[in-house]
Amino acid sequence: MNEEEIKIIIFQLLKKIAPDTEPSELQPDENIREVLNIDSFDSLQFIVSLNEKLGIEIPEEDYGKISTLKSLINYLLAKLKSQLS
Amino acid sequence: MTEFLMPSLGADMEDGTLVEWRKKSGDTVKRGDIIAEVETQKGLIEIEVFDEGVIEKLLIKEGEKVPVGSPMALINPDGAEVETKKETASKKKEDELQPIEEKAEQKIMEKSTKEIRIRATPIAKKIAQDKGIDLSQITGTGENGAITKDDVENAIVQKGEKPVEKLVEVEPEITGAQPSEAELYKMEKQPVEVKKERALTPAEAIRSAVAAAMSKSNREIPHYYLEKRVDMSKAMAWMKETNRERPIEKRLLPAALFIKAVASSLDEVSELNAIWENGLQLKNEINIGFVVSLRTGGIIVPVILQADSKSVSEIMEVLNDLIPRARALKLRSSELSGSTITITNIGEGSADKVFGVIYPPQVAIIGFGNITEQAFAENGMLGIRPVVDVTLAGDHRATDGITGSRFLGSLNKYLQNPESL
Repeated sequence: MNEEEIKIIIFQLLKKIAPDTEPSELQPDENIREVLNIDSFDSLQFIVSLNEKLGIEIPEEDYGKISTLKSLINYLLAKLKSQLS
Repeated sequence: MTEFLMPSLGADMEDGTLVEWRKKSGDTVKRGDIIAEVETQKGLIEIEVFDEGVIEKLLIKEGEKVPVGSPMALINPDGAEVETKKETASKKKEDELQPIEEKAEQKIMEKSTKEIRIRATPIAKKIAQDKGIDLSQITGTGENGAITKDDVENAIVQKGEKPVEKLVEVEPEITGAQPSEAELYKMEKQPVEVKKERALTPAEAIRSAVAAAMSKSNREIPHYYLEKRVDMSKAMAWMKETNRERPIEKRLLPAALFIKAVASSLDEVSELNAIWENGLQLKNEINIGFVVSLRTGGIIVPVILQADSKSVSEIMEVLNDLIPRARALKLRSSELSGSTITITNIGEGSADKVFGVIYPPQVAIIGFGNITEQAFAENGMLGIRPVVDVTLAGDHRATDGITGSRFLGSLNKYLQNPESL
């Protein structure tokens, strides 16, 4: 799975949680939760759905590493890579 | 024969539109069955039945607007006895579980049924009372002959007075004196009523429901406010540890812990788990309303029933079920009514503290702000700790600051001992 495919999945899942927003307009360094106005409950739902879709379990202590689109994609790519190896 | 009435899902609800019957004449119903779907200001609500029996007759057609308290169906309780004898054992168990409050509420409903022998919408009654109109002299044109606002206004015109709407056009004089309740009522209620002439969008309907309830609160409830800074180090460490052992979908959020801590504290300070209706009425069940903000604006407050008897995990499961359905405006009637206190967690992610407005007839609202790192001194030592500002708004008619203070003290104790919850 490449960066673009991950991005599409992220946008789909975010759109489901925040249907009134346009996740694809997120800038790479913008804080996802702040820009899309996502609370901790919806944030947890997003992490659950990422796990269901990609099979990646994000531990609580890593929440700080996935706050922007760029950091989230990099985090997921690294996890996918380590799963393969 | 028992009358099944349109339930009230909050002090602000006047009526609901029957969208669909889920049961038909001859069907056997038991407590908790969904009998109908009703469109209200709070969305499409599944209405549950609290009686057992066989449906004798459905009185309302789908698509009709029904005032709160009006009969919707007739249920024959004897019919159920014949058909459900074999279920006696389980029924007995249910009866035992049936909370005392439910029975009290039933009594209130029965009382209100008697009162609406002259069927009239609440606003019609209010206008009639204000203008000295005898409702028994009016023929209703609403559903099932209920007297509507228009009927009363026609009667006023016939009596030779200007209808209320015309009066509103005149700005109330500012005399420095307190406006009478009737004046306030005209000022606050009328614009909402005028808007209702056309169909409201869901967002407008919710805004209007919030406006009505909050105006009533501000008009009638003398609030007092208290605040306590709570060190969340132990609670957050406990939660981190617990979550590490859980699969993602079972992870806890601080909100679940807050709800449980509030419920446990109410066990100790029961005066805040109450309603104010002709005096303070303590409630036996601790049913916590949890404010859910809607993305399109407005709030909705589903209830976590008997929160004191649920574990933190069970409360989290309830939230996982309730919050998405609340945001989709798809809740059942029992999930919107009966809360005995409210929690707002609006501060999360943004504001540091929130001072709530009490939802009448409740007597308190607890506000949790954002959990932030703050300088916190304890035992002569200063450290950086996760801290949450907890506020309490109390009804000063019902309790005094000392009661609220005891509550916040108890809440702090529980949050310092999260494993005890």
